[in-house]
Amino acid sequence: MEQKPDGLGWNGLQFFGRISASISHEIKNVLAIINENAGLLEDYCFMAEKGKPIDPARLKGISEKIAKHVIRGDGIIRNMNRFAHSVDEPNHQVDIADLLELMIALNSRFAANKNVQVAHKSPAEPLAIPANPFYLENLLFLCLQYAMDAAGSRGAVTLIPKKEADGIAIVMTGLADLSAPFPGPPETALAEAIGATLTTDSTAKSLTIALKK
Amino acid sequence: MDKIKVLLVDDEEEFVKTLAERIEMRNLGSDIAYNGEQALKVVKDEVPDVMILDLKMPGIDGMEVLRRVRKAYPDVQVIMLTGHGSDKDENEARQLGAFDYLQKPADIDKIVSTIKNAYQNKVQKSIMAATFAEAGEFDTAREMMKEDDPKKKGSGKD
Repeated sequence: MEQKPDGLGWNGLQFFGRISASISHEIKNVLAIINENAGLLEDYCFMAEKGKPIDPARLKGISEKIAKHVIRGDGIIRNMNRFAHSVDEPNHQVDIADLLELMIALNSRFAANKNVQVAHKSPAEPLAIPANPFYLENLLFLCLQYAMDAAGSRGAVTLIPKKEADGIAIVMTGLADLSAPFPGPPETALAEAIGATLTTDSTAKSLTIALKK
Repeated sequence: MDKIKVLLVDDEEEFVKTLAERIEMRNLGSDIAYNGEQALKVVKDEVPDVMILDLKMPGIDGMEVLRRVRKAYPDVQVIMLTGHGSDKDENEARQLGAFDYLQKPADIDKIVSTIKNAYQNKVQKSIMAATFAEAGEFDTAREMMKEDDPKKKGSGKD
């Protein structure tokens, strides 16, 4: 019998899968760089054993590259850990600056593949809102995919958090072409689940996620 | 014998530069491209013997580069080297005529032996095609230079 996937649960699993696949790809790239540089050190040692002198500056450069990519790998795993813990509690205060920083980091490979720059502005004051963090991340991710497609290759999307009278808004700017239909069923279901409103503005070339307190 | 001309295509600059250096230490000639567009330009200027190609890159991705290169230059042997481990991608790459599909991080000896096998494959096909052409069997010679039948290939996995 064909199983019908349930909306939010299936969306969530797809989101989790896409992020996990992207993270594993990033980690593999980091490991590949460390592997090649460690191998290069071995090659130099082999050459030294054969009597060819090694330039210490060259060795230092290789070891610095390895250290740099260990830090990069650590950052990726930290973000993976933060993301994994977003399903710990169904509701808590979500810090918007932290959320945007995490989502931009998790989205970085998707942005690179679409050749779009994604950045965020820091809020003037700390902004937090009670929400289901995982649903909010999922909604933000889907909106970002739409925003990046709307910005087009070599475009730039900026995420601007704003304090509103009745909550918080996250505005995505730089959306050059808003002709594709939005929101679709997954975005609508997630927005309903967290009480958010999604609007696009073709004059301002923007998309707004309004979150009520 | 001339060096085997290898084109390395990957958007991870530090990875591809280091791999190029190590490949050159092993007496293989290497050139670098950091994205699909660059790779297609390099191939147009100087056709490599073997291409080491990443899958996920900004702009034209590795699968599209593979498709275009195999169509325009069927004797270029393409080895996919990627951190993207989907079976679907591997099957598609092999269907498009990739010589092999390696996962990052890969051992340098494995990479070098795969490059040499790929080059050997190219040379053998050229020799056989030339033999058939000399015998007047031009259709068979042309068939020899077309894409390999992916069904005849092994999985290439270690």
